[in-house]
Amino acid sequence: MDQIKIKTGVLIEIENGAVKETSLGVMTAAAGQDIYALILGRDASAVNAPSVNAPSVNAPSVKDKLAEYGAGTIVSISGAEDLSAYPDLQALALASAVKEYNFETLLGTASATGRDIFARLAAILDAPLVSDCVEINIEEKIVKKSHFSGKTMATLKANGSIFLCTIRPNSIEPVAAATAGQLVEFTADTQSTGLIKIVETKKATKGLLDLTEAPIVITGGRAIKAAENYGMLETCAQKLGAAVGASRAAVDAGFAPHSMQVGQTGKTVSPKLYIACGVSGAVQHYAGMKTSKVIVAINEDKDAPIFSKCDYGIVGDIFDVVPVLTEKL
Amino acid sequence: MKIFVCLKHVPDTAINIKVVGINGYEDSELKFIPNPYDEYAIEEAVSIVEKQGGEVVLVTVGKEAAQATIRGAMAMGADRAILVKTDSQFLDSSLTAKALKAAIESDGLPDMIFTGKGSVDTEGFQTQYRLAHALGMPIVNEVSVLTLEGEKILAQRETGSGEKQVIETQLPCMIGATKGLNEPRYPKFPAIMKAKKKQIKEIDLSELGIDTSKGQVAIEKLEAVPERSGAKMLEGSVDEQMTELVRILKEDEKVL
Ligand SMILES: Cc1cc2nc3c(=O)[nH]c(=O)nc-3n(C[C@H](O)[C@H](O)[C@H](O)COP(=O)(O)OP(=O)(O)OC[C@H]3O[C@@H](n4cnc5c(N)ncnc54)[C@H](O)[C@@H]3O)c2cc1C
Repeated sequence: MDQIKIKTGVLIEIENGAVKETSLGVMTAAAGQDIYALILGRDASAVNAPSVNAPSVNAPSVKDKLAEYGAGTIVSISGAEDLSAYPDLQALALASAVKEYNFETLLGTASATGRDIFARLAAILDAPLVSDCVEINIEEKIVKKSHFSGKTMATLKANGSIFLCTIRPNSIEPVAAATAGQLVEFTADTQSTGLIKIVETKKATKGLLDLTEAPIVITGGRAIKAAENYGMLETCAQKLGAAVGASRAAVDAGFAPHSMQVGQTGKTVSPKLYIACGVSGAVQHYAGMKTSKVIVAINEDKDAPIFSKCDYGIVGDIFDVVPVLTEKL
Repeated sequence: MKIFVCLKHVPDTAINIKVVGINGYEDSELKFIPNPYDEYAIEEAVSIVEKQGGEVVLVTVGKEAAQATIRGAMAMGADRAILVKTDSQFLDSSLTAKALKAAIESDGLPDMIFTGKGSVDTEGFQTQYRLAHALGMPIVNEVSVLTLEGEKILAQRETGSGEKQVIETQLPCMIGATKGLNEPRYPKFPAIMKAKKKQIKEIDLSELGIDTSKGQVAIEKLEAVPERSGAKMLEGSVDEQMTELVRILKEDEKVL
């Protein structure tokens, strides 16, 4: 007998006109369910054209990609007015779609945007939300997530008719599961006016990968000695398809901006591969990267604490080792 | 300006967590600290009041032991505090938000409420949004630069890949603070002495008429995450080590 499929909405994030890899992983988390891929007006519009309201999901790539990864229905959501500048209206629009389609589960990415919109939505719907999950059982409404900066893993169970959950990037590998993928349009009921408005977006100076979502991260600690030496890591990162991170000591010394900091007071990353270059391995740094699948450390001090917390260790000077690594890739 | 700061009492992040039973942890011997992000929230609130006048009130939902954390935080310049007492180690965020709302409303609505961007123990990232919604206040979270121009607020938040958004809103509003907003002050001895005399009003969660059996999320199990033990140390010349590393990452680990 066929199992009853659960109506599951997945909020899709789009960047530079393409579906983000992390969103495909979220669809895989819902594999086997009745998946609705939800695209908010803002997302599907061209990145630098926030005023465009109608999403261009007809572009074969987005729709086909979503269908390829299991979306039976692709819903392009627009509001009565432009949603792009109003995070609270985006959440209202999503709430209106949830009511229209009667979703039992709603999944998203635990990215800066996903976390914000899901928390707004949970408040509007007065529904349970678990952020940053690494495992999910949709039938049982049971998830696993980190507590205490990765020192413990908690198993949580949600009660209620709808369950909201954001998934930690890279925790679920995307697996294709082709469907026919039907595209529908939904105009959300967002009568109220936004209380908060995005008045300016400042792009990053360099076109770097997002740290929290990158499949590979290479980090430079205090040992990097100067801001310009990050160039060595960026060259390596380009070959790896990696994002570049920093330790707090490197940030405090002014070598890197805080947006690059990994750790308890920086970003939590969970890539497939984490390469720590000249990082000692303080608990606060470890807290931000311990759930990485494979950790490689390069440090000139054979007794550095990082060597007891990594999978592969290289004793050596980062300025000797990293260029050789780059060359071998 | 009347400003509330929501402060959470959390285990010191540098300390090990010992799981007890199936879903609890040993907390009687454990060192607790103010949630690190909440310190940015307190600093911001105190410096606004120092410039514009008014008062800063801390509000905590937590165990009786949170008293010590509140005292420490008061030395940063808060005027008084409210502690909503619960025996629960993990109070569901919807219930916590209800408790915060009731405590804040009973004291009188503020012009601003600050919180940290999230708490480092349960990492839920939502209580402040639930509170904002319940009070009908706008909220901007993960704020690293804040400007007040009369009733107008400009808050900058980072959204990934180093991209930043500047968000405009109006008072009264809620702000979730993160690193970069300020440098939290290190209280000096006179401030610590003065904090000892400040008032902490205690309310029992049960007095607020909140049904704690109606939680939305329950913690079924808590497990220690095994630490990595013993790295494989590569050997040979730098060239040999890198050749071997790339082979391992491609063939054994399959991450390249
Ligand atoms: C409340 C709190 C929050 C914190 N939050 C964070 C956080 O979010 N993120 C974070 O990273 N830290 C955080 N810290 C700081 C943390 O405790 C450490 O101080 C910091 O991580 C150290 O950074 P580091 O490893 O780069 O520097 P160091 O500890 O100075 O280590 C540098 C390492 O580089 C090695 N080295 C030097 N030169 C070379 C070379 N040429 N080649 C190879 N190796 C070399 C050295 O052997 C050493 O091991 C926090 C601390 C506190 C108290």
